[in-house]
Amino acid sequence: MDDSNKILDQVTTGEYKYGFSTDVETEYFPKGVNEDIVKAISAKKNEPEWMLEFRLKAFRYWQTLEMPQWAHLKMPEIDFQDIIYYAAPKKKGGLKSLDEVDPELLATFAKLGIPLHEQKIFSGIAVDAVIDSVSIKTTFKESLAEKGIIFCSFSEAVEHHPDLIKKYMGSVVPYKDNFYAALNSAVFSDGSFVYIPKGVRCPMELSTYFRINAINTGQFERTLIVADDDSYVSYLEGCTAPMRDENQLHAAIVEIVAMDRAEVKYSTVQNWYPGNKQGKGGVYNFVTKRGICKGESSKISWTQVETGSAITWKYPSCILKGDNSVGEFYSVAVTNNHQQADTGTKMIHIGKNTKSRIVSKGISAGLSHNSYRGLVRVMKGAEGARNHSQCDSLLLGDRCGAHTFPYMDIHNETAVVEHEATTSKISEDQVFYCNQRGISPEDAVGLIVNGYAKEVLNKLPMEFAVEAQKLLQISLEGSVG
Amino acid sequence: MQQYIDFFLTYQEAISKPCAAALNAPRQLAFEVFKEIGFPKFNSEEYQHTDISSLLESDLGLNINNLKIPINPYEVFKCDVPNLSTNLYFMVNERFYAQEEVKLSLPQGVFSGSLNTFAEQYPSIFSKYYGQLAKSDKDGLVAFNTLFAQDGYVLYVPKNVVVEQAIQLVNVLRGDTDTLANRRLLIIIEEGAQAKLLACDHTFDEKPKFVASQVCEIFVAKNALFDYYELEESSENTVRLSSTFVKQEASSNVVCNTITLLNGVTRNNYHISLDGEHAETHLYGMAIADKKQKVDNHTNIAHNVPNCLSNELFKYVLDDQAVGAFSGRILVAIDAQKTLAYQNNRNLCASRECRMFAKPQLEIYADDVKCSHGLTTGQLDETALFYMRSRGISEEEARMLLKFAFTHDVIEGIRLEALRDRLKLLVEKRFRGELMKCAGCCSNDK
Amino acid sequence: MKNLLTIKNLHASINGKEILKGIDLEVNKGEIHAIMGPNGSGKSTLASVLVGHPAFEVMQGEVLYKGKDLLELSAEERSWEGLFLSFQYPVEIPGVSMVNFMRTAINEQRKYKGLEPVSATDFLKLMREKRAIVELDSKLANRAVNEGFSGGEKKRNEIFQMAMLEPSLAILDETDSGLDIDALRIVAKGVNALRTSENACLVITHYQRLLDYIKPDKVHVLHNGKIVKSGGAELAHELEEKGYDWLK
Repeated sequence: MDDSNKILDQVTTGEYKYGFSTDVETEYFPKGVNEDIVKAISAKKNEPEWMLEFRLKAFRYWQTLEMPQWAHLKMPEIDFQDIIYYAAPKKKGGLKSLDEVDPELLATFAKLGIPLHEQKIFSGIAVDAVIDSVSIKTTFKESLAEKGIIFCSFSEAVEHHPDLIKKYMGSVVPYKDNFYAALNSAVFSDGSFVYIPKGVRCPMELSTYFRINAINTGQFERTLIVADDDSYVSYLEGCTAPMRDENQLHAAIVEIVAMDRAEVKYSTVQNWYPGNKQGKGGVYNFVTKRGICKGESSKISWTQVETGSAITWKYPSCILKGDNSVGEFYSVAVTNNHQQADTGTKMIHIGKNTKSRIVSKGISAGLSHNSYRGLVRVMKGAEGARNHSQCDSLLLGDRCGAHTFPYMDIHNETAVVEHEATTSKISEDQVFYCNQRGISPEDAVGLIVNGYAKEVLNKLPMEFAVEAQKLLQISLEGSVG
Repeated sequence: MQQYIDFFLTYQEAISKPCAAALNAPRQLAFEVFKEIGFPKFNSEEYQHTDISSLLESDLGLNINNLKIPINPYEVFKCDVPNLSTNLYFMVNERFYAQEEVKLSLPQGVFSGSLNTFAEQYPSIFSKYYGQLAKSDKDGLVAFNTLFAQDGYVLYVPKNVVVEQAIQLVNVLRGDTDTLANRRLLIIIEEGAQAKLLACDHTFDEKPKFVASQVCEIFVAKNALFDYYELEESSENTVRLSSTFVKQEASSNVVCNTITLLNGVTRNNYHISLDGEHAETHLYGMAIADKKQKVDNHTNIAHNVPNCLSNELFKYVLDDQAVGAFSGRILVAIDAQKTLAYQNNRNLCASRECRMFAKPQLEIYADDVKCSHGLTTGQLDETALFYMRSRGISEEEARMLLKFAFTHDVIEGIRLEALRDRLKLLVEKRFRGELMKCAGCCSNDK
Repeated sequence: MKNLLTIKNLHASINGKEILKGIDLEVNKGEIHAIMGPNGSGKSTLASVLVGHPAFEVMQGEVLYKGKDLLELSAEERSWEGLFLSFQYPVEIPGVSMVNFMRTAINEQRKYKGLEPVSATDFLKLMREKRAIVELDSKLANRAVNEGFSGGEKKRNEIFQMAMLEPSLAILDETDSGLDIDALRIVAKGVNALRTSENACLVITHYQRLLDYIKPDKVHVLHNGKIVKSGGAELAHELEEKGYDWLK
């Protein structure tokens, strides 16, 4: 289909619209990482001794590790000494009101459509905005505090809620977990902390917005969410970065703890700069996300729409420890041009009657590679565990790759675990049917792709779903099969 | 691993001396590679659940001087598969068992016999194929096998020759001490030719530990048809390490069916390469394992050209402390359009102690393809069980029937009716716990 | 201008095989034409070629529609110009809701005509109105396009879309196949309700029975890629009695 190819080209030529950089005065640490840098980061943040010790332990452990190579990714050796580990817009520290924030920064977030002026917000989302290494502003903090909800930057939490941090930090993702988790634990600069007390349903969506601005800088943030008994929270994460020719590193950690009957929904729309059409530049997104359903009947649900990054390496996972707990993973991953994604989940069934559901929709176009990698493990004591996984791949064009690597490890005879995977392309009949009804081939592909991803998009909070749909269309501009 | 390097250095001459030059030729390269890479590393992506080094660690005898093993398989194995008239051949450990009075009913030009003899008599054909699929430089197990290969079996079917009658090859493991049997198979089906081979693995002696190391290369040329059935009924002390390589040319058709009924530790590798358009391959596998048995099947099907079909189905029934592992990879190369590739893995776990690892993989680089895989691990259908019980079938019997039904479609993939019937019986006996050893083939209990 | 469609000496092929071997046909506004013929005579090919299915290649001939060269237009442009095909086998589009699908289609057409997109309330009102014409369950309208629809529901859904898009020339390709008598009546009722003096309809069918409900002005018999006989409504009855063999 010549026509289709043309459209494919058009669809894949969509430009990255968040690629601007902001000109703010930034404070940098020298390139590279060593114990002094780790100490300097800690000192910069006025951290207590125990925090520094944690960092140093992690750093020493990291030094013994090698970069993992098992993913289905072609990756250049990363020179970890060529990265700046701390960058922050100047004038930081002890912001009392929004007026003290650099107007350039406010403009940046406005341009990105992130509301920092509380009075201007209709959507009812509380935002923690993180630029490069520090949290700029957390909105609605006070009104949330009335309900006992803590929503603040990680640094503030270390200062004001040390007991909670000591208790939960590293309890789900220990610093020894993997190469990037160890590195993050050593050099993480900021992030968000959420605590929902017993019996509280968080009245609004909480959100962190990440932005890498400074050049040659790695972003290492940590998010920790603790939902106490019978509580509920829905959390959103969004990310963008300027267009730069160099690759930027993003190695974050997200930890979630859900106690008895608590429910946490974590949604991500990841739109880091994917690099240009020749595959130059773009963000390396190496993220460790894991939640533990610690209490009985608790639930953790991951939803992700991954359209950005040059390389994505992430496996948001659930440890289903509490009896009757539920883990969910819904993912749409789109790769185009030279992008590579190796993403999926791990569901570890420990408690009785635990259930997990995995829905993964991969869409590859251009010269990209898109892999699903997921593990379902049922431990000996997980009586009656159930898992269902559905992994579909959609190929747009004949120069991309779609791969599926599920791993299953079953150690209990009462478990029922099912995995299905299919690979398809958009059928010419579907496109023609739409054409006949007056829908142009581009729109037809947009419709069909969104339809294909619908099961996952439906899981996103409303505001995000609309954004995500647009994003899908833009990411695929020019790619019809 | 070091012990094998030392062994080779010491006995190099003794190993090579009785062998044809063509068989000795690749030994040196294999040695260099083996020294370098050794056995596949345990816990590596391809060997997550089988530790080859430790399986070969103990002191195993290698019969390099061809000492006579006191057995005449033709007397021991009186009956093969009933109603299946086959051309029957034996291998005792790593050697082809030559028996003069065997009546050959094979068509003109077909060779079915000793690998070493074939290498001596037809060195140019031998060298054209030997080691071409099983490359020493990529695979430590292949290098190991090539290093010590002294004999094995060759089936050569020339162009357009059809071997109507199935050929049965019985591999017997026999010995008084712990033994390593290192055998090599080479199968060449030329253009338009057809053949069916049934290879059964039996262990004659219960006590000693046996390790059977096997590398099998299968070439199936244009329009040729080949059926390959492997049936393992060995012993709890038997380790089987097998690597099978298949290369298919245009419009060829291959059925490969591997059934593990009784074993100790088994690792089967299947590498199938679809190199000509409209080639078709059907790969089936079944494992029934209990006690401490372990079955690890690894498959790799490469669609290198457009318009090929592959259909893969593996089923496991595990009980007691058995461990099952399945890893299957389907690769659809760039431009291999119109590929049809289906993969299925279904497993039944019957006890708390058994464990199943499954890892099906699709790697797809072409867009106009139909590929899918499915994977389930679970238990017997409770509704069906109840339904049967409410009709008066005892729970035990109902379970048996359901397990048996579970294996049905793998057995149906066999294109030899008599073998199919035989297997149904063997599988049923196996589930009833009546299958002790070699029940299929031994007429007289030793 | 009375004339809507003129086909002159149309030859078309698929995968190098010639199916249409010189079709001549003229359709005026307000008319219903029935195209009949045995299986494999080229009926569905004619429909596909007219709406611009990419699998078919036009070898020769010309097609004028509203005075324009139809063959120059893309499939969606033909749609915007008011050409509608009720597919013999409507395709399923998983995940794409009927509402979303129809709204996109309507708005594309409006954009072409230089009109503003229809508002959400007006659109839903329109959906309700038109749904009633073919007695289409509101639940179906909320489902994905044709997904899980029965054969009859799919056909009713086609006529529903026809009602929504208000075409100038509707082609019904074997719309009666696989329909029971009630569904057939509903579909026919829908088609008749949409009939005006300004539009026309091309009914492709193998059997007479649909024509009991939709009265044709002209009947053409297609055989081996050519129209071998044309006549009035009575020709359909004749075919019903005698079959197609006497025409060969």
